[in-house]
Amino acid sequence: MDPTAAKYIGAGIACIGMGGAGVGVGIIFGNYLAAALRNPSAAQGQFGNLIFGFAITEALGIFSLLIALLLLFGL
Amino acid sequence: MQVDPIHQFQIHNMVPVIDLGGRQIAFTNSALFMMIIVFGVSALMIGASAPRAVVPGRLQSIAELSYEFVANTVRSSAGTEGMKFFPFVFTLFMFVLFANLIGLIPYSFTVTSQIIITAALALTVFLVVVGYGFWRNGLHFLNLFVPKGVPKAILPAIVIIEVLSFVSRPVSHSVRLFANMLAGHITLQVFAGFIIMLAGAGILGWFGAVLPFAMVVALTALELLVAFLQAYVFAILTCIYLNDAIHPGH
Repeated sequence: MDPTAAKYIGAGIACIGMGGAGVGVGIIFGNYLAAALRNPSAAQGQFGNLIFGFAITEALGIFSLLIALLLLFGL
Repeated sequence: MQVDPIHQFQIHNMVPVIDLGGRQIAFTNSALFMMIIVFGVSALMIGASAPRAVVPGRLQSIAELSYEFVANTVRSSAGTEGMKFFPFVFTLFMFVLFANLIGLIPYSFTVTSQIIITAALALTVFLVVVGYGFWRNGLHFLNLFVPKGVPKAILPAIVIIEVLSFVSRPVSHSVRLFANMLAGHITLQVFAGFIIMLAGAGILGWFGAVLPFAMVVALTALELLVAFLQAYVFAILTCIYLNDAIHPGH
């Protein structure tokens, strides 16, 4: 296979990993919203935890994006 | 017409490079924008709050709000003892926030889209956490890697995982900010490129170009949110890591 073509295909495949992070972030915010609607007074106190969980989950998707960017522009 | 989405991240010299006996001293656009950020933060925090009015004006309100916001974050996630690190966290937060916001202005340079800068910030946090942890707790700091109440049989595996996750912290801490900024600005640039391509295609293309233009407007709003959110995430993760150094016993 042409190396350039393989590079672009690899970058595309690497981006699939971001789908998993999307699911995870959706679960986090969905559950936060569901819990916040049940008990709005406790929602404000958990905002830090929400952002922390979001950041940790998002990092994994960002890693796969990084691989794609490295394939496209770095290597 | 082709638009190169990576072009905006190129670093170039603002003044000719000075050669000092083999060492080169350069003043790049990155350095220029970092100076603008430091000047901007200083102007907001020192200049705007200098009147010390009882009823604050607009700028003084912004300064007081950001102070209260970061102070509450530090207090809630690192405890009252963590407040001695408040100046550190506040400096990081304001620097990252201003870097992200100034980067949104067209034709400006986003300092935080350079991995070397976010890596330097994240490594500073990491070294402060490790240094302060050992200085304050001595070898008890290593309790961080040995969670309580874990069965003896799986403890070695847990310790290895904990150490690995601790060591990968500066990587994820720096790459998160860098990749968010990079990806956001590339997306903006790509959609802006669609406008130019469509508009170059003739009169029908002008009508088509409205769609990516609306998309660019929406994405800029999203990027504004991301700029603030990533600065907040950077600050709150710093607090959580500092909390580990202050209270390593879980």
